[in-house]
Amino acid sequence: MLLCLTDGGIALFCVNPTSWQIIVFIYIYIYIYIYIYMGNVHSDKAGQFFNSGHTNNWAVLVCTSRFWFNYRHVANTLSVYRSVKRLGIPDSRIVLMLADDMACNHRNPKPATVFSHKNMELNVYGDDVEVDYRGYEVTVENFLRVLTGRLPASTPRSKRLLSDDRSNILIYLTGHGGNGFLKFQDSEEISNVELADAFEQMWQKRRYNELLFIIDTCQGASMYERFYSPNLMALASSQVGEDSLSHQPDLAIGVHLMDRYTFYLLEFLEDIHPSSTTNMNQLFKVCPKSQCVSTPGHRTDLFLRDPGRVLITDFFGSVRKVEITMETINLSSPMEPLPERINCTVHILYMCINKHIIPTAIIMYYVPRQKLLRDVFPCT
Amino acid sequence: MGLLSDPNRRRALIGMLTRLNAPICMICYMAGVAWFMGLAFEPFTLRTYMSENAMGSTMVEERFPAGERALATGREFAAHKKKTGGMPVDWLVRTMQARGLEVYTQRFSRKLPFPDEDKERYMVKGTNVYGILRAPRAPRTEALVLSAPCSPGNENNQAVGILLGLAQYFRSQIYWAKDIIFLVNEHDLIGMQAWLEGYHHTNTTGMDWSPLQGRGGSIQAALSLELSSDVVTSLDLVLEGLNGQLPNLDLANLFYAFCQKIGVLCTTQGKLPRNDWDTTSGYSHAVQTMMLMVLKQASSRPWGDHGLFLRYHIEAASIKGVNSFRPYKTDATTVGRLLEGMYRKLNNLLERLHQSYFFYLMPSLTRFVSIGYYMPAFGLLALILLLRALDLWVQLSSPPTRTTEDGVEVVPASPGVLSILTPLVISHLTGVALYTLPVLSQELAVEHFPVSETEAVVLTAIAIYTGGTRSHDTHRLLAGEGTEQGWKVLKLVAVLYLAVLLGCTALINFSLGFILALTLVPLAAFITPHVPKTLSAVVMVILSPGLTLLFAVFFFQELQETPVTLQEGWMLYLSVISQGILDHALYGSLLYPLAALLVYPCWLLFWNILFWK
Repeated sequence: MLLCLTDGGIALFCVNPTSWQIIVFIYIYIYIYIYIYMGNVHSDKAGQFFNSGHTNNWAVLVCTSRFWFNYRHVANTLSVYRSVKRLGIPDSRIVLMLADDMACNHRNPKPATVFSHKNMELNVYGDDVEVDYRGYEVTVENFLRVLTGRLPASTPRSKRLLSDDRSNILIYLTGHGGNGFLKFQDSEEISNVELADAFEQMWQKRRYNELLFIIDTCQGASMYERFYSPNLMALASSQVGEDSLSHQPDLAIGVHLMDRYTFYLLEFLEDIHPSSTTNMNQLFKVCPKSQCVSTPGHRTDLFLRDPGRVLITDFFGSVRKVEITMETINLSSPMEPLPERINCTVHILYMCINKHIIPTAIIMYYVPRQKLLRDVFPCT
Repeated sequence: MGLLSDPNRRRALIGMLTRLNAPICMICYMAGVAWFMGLAFEPFTLRTYMSENAMGSTMVEERFPAGERALATGREFAAHKKKTGGMPVDWLVRTMQARGLEVYTQRFSRKLPFPDEDKERYMVKGTNVYGILRAPRAPRTEALVLSAPCSPGNENNQAVGILLGLAQYFRSQIYWAKDIIFLVNEHDLIGMQAWLEGYHHTNTTGMDWSPLQGRGGSIQAALSLELSSDVVTSLDLVLEGLNGQLPNLDLANLFYAFCQKIGVLCTTQGKLPRNDWDTTSGYSHAVQTMMLMVLKQASSRPWGDHGLFLRYHIEAASIKGVNSFRPYKTDATTVGRLLEGMYRKLNNLLERLHQSYFFYLMPSLTRFVSIGYYMPAFGLLALILLLRALDLWVQLSSPPTRTTEDGVEVVPASPGVLSILTPLVISHLTGVALYTLPVLSQELAVEHFPVSETEAVVLTAIAIYTGGTRSHDTHRLLAGEGTEQGWKVLKLVAVLYLAVLLGCTALINFSLGFILALTLVPLAAFITPHVPKTLSAVVMVILSPGLTLLFAVFFFQELQETPVTLQEGWMLYLSVISQGILDHALYGSLLYPLAALLVYPCWLLFWNILFWK
C-alpha cells in the first residue's frame, strides 16, 4: 500500500510503509489534526470574547436646556452620568455638557443638589460631578467640535473627545426638540442633517468603532432619521408627532424631576452591573407605550452586528477585556514611517496639523494655498 | 383696468355709495352692536390657559400654617390704628422688623384741587410703610410686591394681618429669587401713587413725597389684597387699572389656576361663574359680566390699588375677599396658601409677563375675548363715519348747480375759511373752558352760591356744558348765514375728526372708544341742517357724552344688582363727575381731558351743523 503525503493534491512523497510505520504515521496525522482543531477552538472562543472589537469606551452626555423649569433635563443627564460612571467609564472618558444652572439656582430649595426622585431620594449632583462644558459653552458649535475633534489647540483634554477607531461611544441628548431639530439653550438649533454629517465625519476620521445614540426629547425619532454612517445604533423616546412626557413633579421643589423615558431607562440600568450579559434587544423594550405614553423608537439598520449579540456594557460600561497569554511576542521590528504618498482622504488635514502645527481655526478660515496643495496633494 | 382707476367703474361705485349710504350705515351699526353682544356668547370665546412656560402648572406644595396668628396680628393692627387715628407707623415698623424685613417709611402730602367727599379737606398727608424681604441668594435685581391698604375704620385689617403673616412665613424660606416688598399704603391710591413715583424716580402728578430710602430691583408683578373679614366665601379678582389698562392675562390665569387647585370660589366683577351658557339667563349673565368690565374699563379709573402699577409696565391685580351668605367658608390659612402658591410661581419668572394677552375682555374668569376678536365691533362703527365722509366728499366735488332768477347757472361759492374755522375754534374754546374753569372758579362759585367746593366744581362743569350749546349763535354773528357747501365741509371735517378721535381712543381703551362710538356715530351720520330741528336737538342732547355718562351710571348700578332711584342716581352722577376731575388731577387719568377737550367740542361741531341755518 502506498502512503502519500499530499499537499493540496500534489503528492509530496510516497512511501511503501511497513505496518508499524503506518501506525506511527496515523498517530502523527491525528496529533497534527487535533492540534490544529484545538487551535481553532481557541481562536473561536477568543473570537467570541473579542466580538465587539472595541478597546475603550467614551460617553458624551449633553443637556441642551437651561432655566429652572427645565430641571428635569439636567436631572436626566446627570442620572445617565451616574450610571455610566458606576459601570466603569471614568470622568476622563466622559464629556458632560450641562447648562449647570440648577444646583445653585436661587430657586432651588435644596441648594447644591439636583434630585432625580421625588421625596428627594437620590441626589445626582453630589460632590464629584465633573461638568466639562457648562453654562453658555453648551452650543451647537461646541457639540459638533467635540464630536469631530476640531477643537482649538488650547482646549484642555477634559473637553476633548479623544476617541480612536476602537472606541465605542455613547451619546445621550436631552432637551426640547421638534421634527428634525433639537433646541440648544433657547437660542439655536441643531438639525438632524447636521448630526448625521457630524457622525459621518467621525466615521471617516475613524473616531469610533460603534456608536450608540440615545435621545430623550419630543419627536426624538426625527433626529436619527438621517443617519447614514455605518455602526450607528439609535434610540429615541418618542416618534415624530409625539411629545415626550415628564415623569413626576416634586411638590417641595416645584418642578418636574425627570422625563419618563430616562426614568425607566435608569430603572433598567440599575440592574446592569459590569459583568451582566444583557443585550440591546432588552434595551429596546424599555418604557413601552403604557408607561411612557409616547412610543420609543430605535434604529439598527446601520449597525453591523446583531443587536441581540451586543452587550449593554459595550456602551454603558467600560469593560476591560484582558487576555492573559503565556507566549512571547517579538516587537523588535521597527514601526514603518508614514508614507509620503497617501490616500487623499480626510487624513490630509490630520497630517497638516501634525506636520505644521497649524491651529485648526486658521485652517478653517485661512489656509496658505500653496503649502496645502504642495504638501498634501502629492497624488495629483 | 383696476377697480378704482377705471372711470366707469368708479362712477358706478360712487353712485352705489351715494345711493345706498344710509342703508349700509344702518347695517354696519347693527352689525357692530350684534358683534359686540356676540362676544359674550361662550362658543365665540376662548378658554383661558397659562401661556408663560416658566410658571408651568401649579405643582408646588403650599405650607403656610399661620392663618389664625395672621388674624390676631390684624386685630392688633386694628387696635393700634384706632389709637393713633390713622396709620400706626411705629407699630408697623416694629412688627415688620421683628419679622426680619428691612423696613422703610415714606411720607407724602398732596394738595387736592378741591376736597372730595372722602377726604373733605384740601391737604392729604400720609405715610407709607414697606418692608423688603431680601432674596437669600439672588442679586437684588428683581422684586415682587404684596400690598394691603390701610383704610380708616374697620376695613382691611385682616388684609394687613395676612400680609404680615405671609411676611413671616416667606422670611424662613430660601427659595426666593426675587426681593419681596410688603407695602402698607395710606389713603389708598394717593399713597400708592406716591410710593410708585418715589420708587421709579418720576414725578408726574405734582405730589410731594420723601424719597425712598430702600429699594428692591425692578418690580415684576404686584398683588394688592383687600380683606375685611376673618373668613371669606369667595375671592374677587379686579383687573381694570388706570386709563383702562389691564394686566397681562397670565396673572388672571395664575389666580384661577390656584383657585382651582386649592378649591376656593373665585369670581370676577363679583359675578359667580355659571355653566349654562346655552340658556338665555346664562348668556345674559355673561353679557352682564362683560358689560361690567367694559363700563369699569371705560371709566378710566383704577378700580383697586393695583391700577397704578400698570403704567410702569408692572403686571398687577387686586384680590378682594368677599364674605356673603354662602355656607362654604374659606379661612385665612387657605387664603394665605393661595397667595403663597401664586408668589412661588411668580418667583419662577425669568422675564416680565409678556406671553399672554394685554388687551382682552372677560365674560367670565375662565373665558376671554382678545383684541383680534373684539376690535371688528368698533371697526364696523368707524366704517359708518368713513362712509359718511366719502359721501360728503363726493357731494362736495360735484356740487349741484343753482339757477338764479336770471336763468344763469351759478355754481355755489365754496365756503370761506372763516365760516369753517369759527365753529371749530369756538367749540374748542368751550372745551377748554369746560376743562379749566370748574376747578379755577370754585372759590368764586362758593362765594356767590350756597354750595360746597365739590358741588361748585361739578355744577360749574354742567353749567358750561349746557351753556356751550348756545355757541351756535356765535358763528352766525361772526360769519353770517351759512351756505350749503359750508355745512358739508364742516360736517366732513367733523366726521373725520370724530373718526380719528374714536379710533385713537379705542386703540388705547377699547371700552371707552366703543361706548362713545355707540352714541356719537349715529349722531354724526344723520345730523344735517335739514332734519327737524326740535326732535334732532332732543336726540342730540340724549346722545351727548354728558347724558351717556348718566345712563352709564344707572346701567352700572343695575348690573351690580344695586339699582338706584332717580335722586340717588343723580347724586351718584355728580360724584362720578367730581371723581373724574379728581382722578385726572391726582393720577393722570385721561377721561376728563379727553371728554372736555376733544369729545365735547366734536359734539358741539355737530350741534353747530344742526343749527347751521
